[in-house]
Amino acid sequence: MRFKGLYLLVLVLLFSCKQNEKKEIREAISEKIEGIKVYNYSQLEPLLNKKDDKTYVVNFWATWCKPCVDELPVFEKINTEFKDKNVEVLLVSLDFSNQIEDQLIPFIKDNKLQSKVVLLDDPDQNKWINKINEKWSGAIPATLIYNKNKRAFYEQSFEYESLLKELNKLIN
Amino acid sequence: MKTFKTLLILSVFAITSAFTVNSIKGYKVGDTVEDFSLKNIDGKKISLKDYNKAKGIILVFTCNHCPFSKMYEDRIIALDKKYKNLGYPVVAINPNDPAVSPGDDFESMKERAKTKGFTFPYLFDEGQKVYPKFGATRTPHVFVLSKKEDNSMVVSYIGAIDNNSGNANEASEKYVEAAVDNLLAGKAPVTTETKAIGCSIKVAK
Repeated sequence: MRFKGLYLLVLVLLFSCKQNEKKEIREAISEKIEGIKVYNYSQLEPLLNKKDDKTYVVNFWATWCKPCVDELPVFEKINTEFKDKNVEVLLVSLDFSNQIEDQLIPFIKDNKLQSKVVLLDDPDQNKWINKINEKWSGAIPATLIYNKNKRAFYEQSFEYESLLKELNKLIN
Repeated sequence: MKTFKTLLILSVFAITSAFTVNSIKGYKVGDTVEDFSLKNIDGKKISLKDYNKAKGIILVFTCNHCPFSKMYEDRIIALDKKYKNLGYPVVAINPNDPAVSPGDDFESMKERAKTKGFTFPYLFDEGQKVYPKFGATRTPHVFVLSKKEDNSMVVSYIGAIDNNSGNANEASEKYVEAAVDNLLAGKAPVTTETKAIGCSIKVAK
């Protein structure tokens, strides 16, 4: 009988160790990718309307969207090459909020994304899609390029050259 | 002065027409729909004229691979079950080019329809000739068509199924149901256009 109790205790201990281990791993990942913030639209809105001297390239994407994933290197390249030229890339993920840890964070890690990533989790899409741009039907990928003087919106995929061309229109 | 005026009028005309051409992509609410004929998963062709007894059609551009389409599959089946007998059956169309959208080929369509138990036709827009006429851009993208007295089908609603793709139970507005309910009551839909995030329709470059 005592033996059975001991056995149970060991089992419980083993189980809690495993749980702790899992938790630690999870925390380690989140720490590594600090800055993945989950916003609703009103929290995201200020990031789409900054009035400083920078030009912002905002890409709406998701890990489950193949054409989005295909064009991410283009945005990463812009982010690197224009870092010193007052251009900032913001990747707004539309991944499902229950897939942040299983999908989004591993994806960011595996692809070593350098651009800032935030998650937009706001179910009332009919309200905020028009606020981002009236011409946007809601299909992704989609990209907003803006600075304090100009705004341009694109419901399309980009190659490096085509994105560069549009970016230059806003910078120059 | 006269030349100047003519030039001015001409340029205004040019700008307006350029703008109009740009902004009109596909049917708008109120437009009459041209009939089409597409292959269903059972191999038979289906046209709008086959629905001569219906009051209208809930036309849904959807596909196999898109997570938003998948999240709405059960809701699309529910729409068909609820409205088929009231005269508004669902007709689904996969608009994607399977060459650039793995999993959206005709065989996979048959499998998906069987697995999910689709109660409605699931047509393949082979050659991608139909979706551009509607101006569909994403999946899922719904067009509620209602029949006029002369048997022509008119677009009465364009947009999303409801306002919560992730959770059907939390959707506070069921756009398609509201539009069809309005039509069944002999009224024009109150909300005629809505938007939602979806997968872009896949076209070969």
